[in-house]
Amino acid sequence: MAKKITVALAGNPNSGKTTIFNAITGAKQHVGNYPGVTVEKKTGSCKYKQVEISLIDLPGTYSLTAYSDEEIISRNFIIDEHPDVVVAVVDSSNLERNLYLAVQLIEMNVPLVLAFNMSDLAKRKGLEFDLAKLSNLVGISIVETVGNKSVGINDLLDAILEISKTRQKTSPERINYGKEIEDEIAKIAPLLESEDRLCKKYGRRWLASKLLEQDKEILDKGHQPQILEQVAKSVSHLKSIFRDEPEIVMADRRYGFISGACQEVVRNTIELRHSRSDMIDTVLTHKFFGLPIFIAMMYVVFDLTFRFGELPMEMLEVLFGWLGRTVASFWPVGSESLIKSLLVDGIISGVGGVVIFLPNIMLLFAAIAILEGTGYMARAAFVMDRIMHKIGLHGKSFIPMLIGFGCSIPAIMACRILENKRNRITTILVTPLFSCGARVPIYALLIPAFFAQQWRGPIMWSMYFIGIVLAVVAARLLRSTLLRGETIPYVMELPPYRMPTLKAVLIHMWERGWLYLKKAGTIILMLSIILWAAAKFPAVSDEEIVGLTETQVQNVKLQHSIIGRAGTAIAPILKPLGFDYKIATALIGATAAKEVFVAQMSIVYAVGEQEDLSVLQDKLSSDYSPLQGFCIMLFCLVSAPCIATIAITRSETGTWKWAILQWSGLTGLAYIVTLIVYQIGSLFIG
Amino acid sequence: MSEKKQMLLSEVSDGCEVKLIKVDAGSGLKGRLAVMGLLPGVEFTIVKNGFPGPFVVKAKGTRMVLGRGMAQKITVETKKS
Repeated sequence: MAKKITVALAGNPNSGKTTIFNAITGAKQHVGNYPGVTVEKKTGSCKYKQVEISLIDLPGTYSLTAYSDEEIISRNFIIDEHPDVVVAVVDSSNLERNLYLAVQLIEMNVPLVLAFNMSDLAKRKGLEFDLAKLSNLVGISIVETVGNKSVGINDLLDAILEISKTRQKTSPERINYGKEIEDEIAKIAPLLESEDRLCKKYGRRWLASKLLEQDKEILDKGHQPQILEQVAKSVSHLKSIFRDEPEIVMADRRYGFISGACQEVVRNTIELRHSRSDMIDTVLTHKFFGLPIFIAMMYVVFDLTFRFGELPMEMLEVLFGWLGRTVASFWPVGSESLIKSLLVDGIISGVGGVVIFLPNIMLLFAAIAILEGTGYMARAAFVMDRIMHKIGLHGKSFIPMLIGFGCSIPAIMACRILENKRNRITTILVTPLFSCGARVPIYALLIPAFFAQQWRGPIMWSMYFIGIVLAVVAARLLRSTLLRGETIPYVMELPPYRMPTLKAVLIHMWERGWLYLKKAGTIILMLSIILWAAAKFPAVSDEEIVGLTETQVQNVKLQHSIIGRAGTAIAPILKPLGFDYKIATALIGATAAKEVFVAQMSIVYAVGEQEDLSVLQDKLSSDYSPLQGFCIMLFCLVSAPCIATIAITRSETGTWKWAILQWSGLTGLAYIVTLIVYQIGSLFIG
Repeated sequence: MSEKKQMLLSEVSDGCEVKLIKVDAGSGLKGRLAVMGLLPGVEFTIVKNGFPGPFVVKAKGTRMVLGRGMAQKITVETKKS
């Protein structure tokens, strides 16, 4: 039987960790989430020299403290899962900062290999390293790699196998915190002997040092009072000596160790005053040009996502239409088989409704992979920060919001670029307020029906504008109530500009598409089938439809179904908004997808599909006032996001809670806004 | 003759080289800065004081964006000639 080992990859964001992961595993990857949090878990596998290697790409972090979910996850994975080997990937062109994480790994007493990545870049920057000496100083083996060119990957795998055999672990004692701190560690460590279980798991020295650092997670492990007492004493003693938290002093000592090591092993042969990245930055983050450049970039992203997505989407539509007709043709013409209806109207159109979003999602994530891979994303956040900060959101929130004008589904998925949970959830919740493409058919039906030519443009724009204003208000409201908390006075790295590899972009794109199908797709399908049943049952008896035309039959069936009944039932509630049971019925049907509203209205008015839209428009304008028409659009804009949005919010936030809150919050908001507009409007227009 | 002067980071202009003196913030924020190498005693460069927006600084070979709110909590020492 082949030997199996588990290897964890740790490293800073932008250290090229993922390129190493891709180089080792190729397409054999799997993306999931860590239980309970929206942090991605990437795993992959490969076979090397008869050994089955299972690889885990830990989230990119700068340290292993307890500041973020990502850091706690990385740390706990290493402690709880005992990977056979941990690989610390460091960007050798930015050694000092990258070694910080490696030093923290050394402190954890684990089997460690150092991947000295992007060594080509470092050489180009004129850096020379004495790797043998560095390896001696830190006590671990070092392998030079260039992840994006697959250089050094076999050497890295050899080193991994070697360590997995010798099980040689790092020695935490190498990092000395200086006499004062070491003394306190020496006082705490013996007391920890009584906590046998924790010591076995974490190691005594590590546990003691984390307690001194006042690490929240470790402090909450239920320590005995005498230990906590000693820790408090030590902390206040150290504070009085250093006039700073022990945590900061210990970070300083780690950096001290690192710069000491770097002085001995790094030689700088060229003095670079201004790197290429600096020069690009003077343009891209320029005070005046930065914003127009960003807007131009966003135009390209939007165009790529939706214009290039159009053709594959049409093809998918044709394919599923054909599939539906083909399956339907197995039954005799005019047959009313329930199985046929379930297959064609329920499942096939449901699956069609799922995959239809796939082109947009994959194209958008290709664009995001390029923005992130080149390093522009961080600049975009910088450029937009001034504006977005006012709403209480991160500069990067702008991207999902913009994509929301096309479609909420890829937009909500794009919220993954936001690291901060509160920011991410706020952005997800307000995204449906950006008037998406599916609202356009509603506007196209209603605006010409009620408004004269010269008003059509402004009314259309007012919809978009109202959506933006409500989104800003809602975001501010959420950030000061439910999702309150530090507006993160943030520190963010501006990584050097790099050329992303095609492979990385393709993998990213494929990953997202797959994740969407697996996570959101199943929920969308389930909800579509429920809606299908609601439109189908209870069925009408044959006698009731004798002698009616096909459009009349559709009308009778809809009125008779759960949707029709629900429409009639809620009509009184919607009356103050100026809506009758017909509109109520169409609105309920439109929860499947916004544009379904138009089709539902045709059925409610028994207007055949073949007939011109103007027939329906004439009927509408004779039944309702322009104010009512405006209110219908307003309500469609704000209320009840479609089932695909509900599903994607559920899968991206990890709980139904936020999906339900989003749905009910937006519907409530729509009710209030439309009520105000209709009631006040009625006073003036009558 | 060079004269040393202490001031808030938010008041420093583009291109200045400064030394970090102290950070007046909670331990979480301080800790995050420390991890990125922004520790008392460390010398760094202000690449851009993006008034009224965020800052760009360069420390230990890395460029970082700092929120303006954060810059108002950091005391630095400038070398003025």
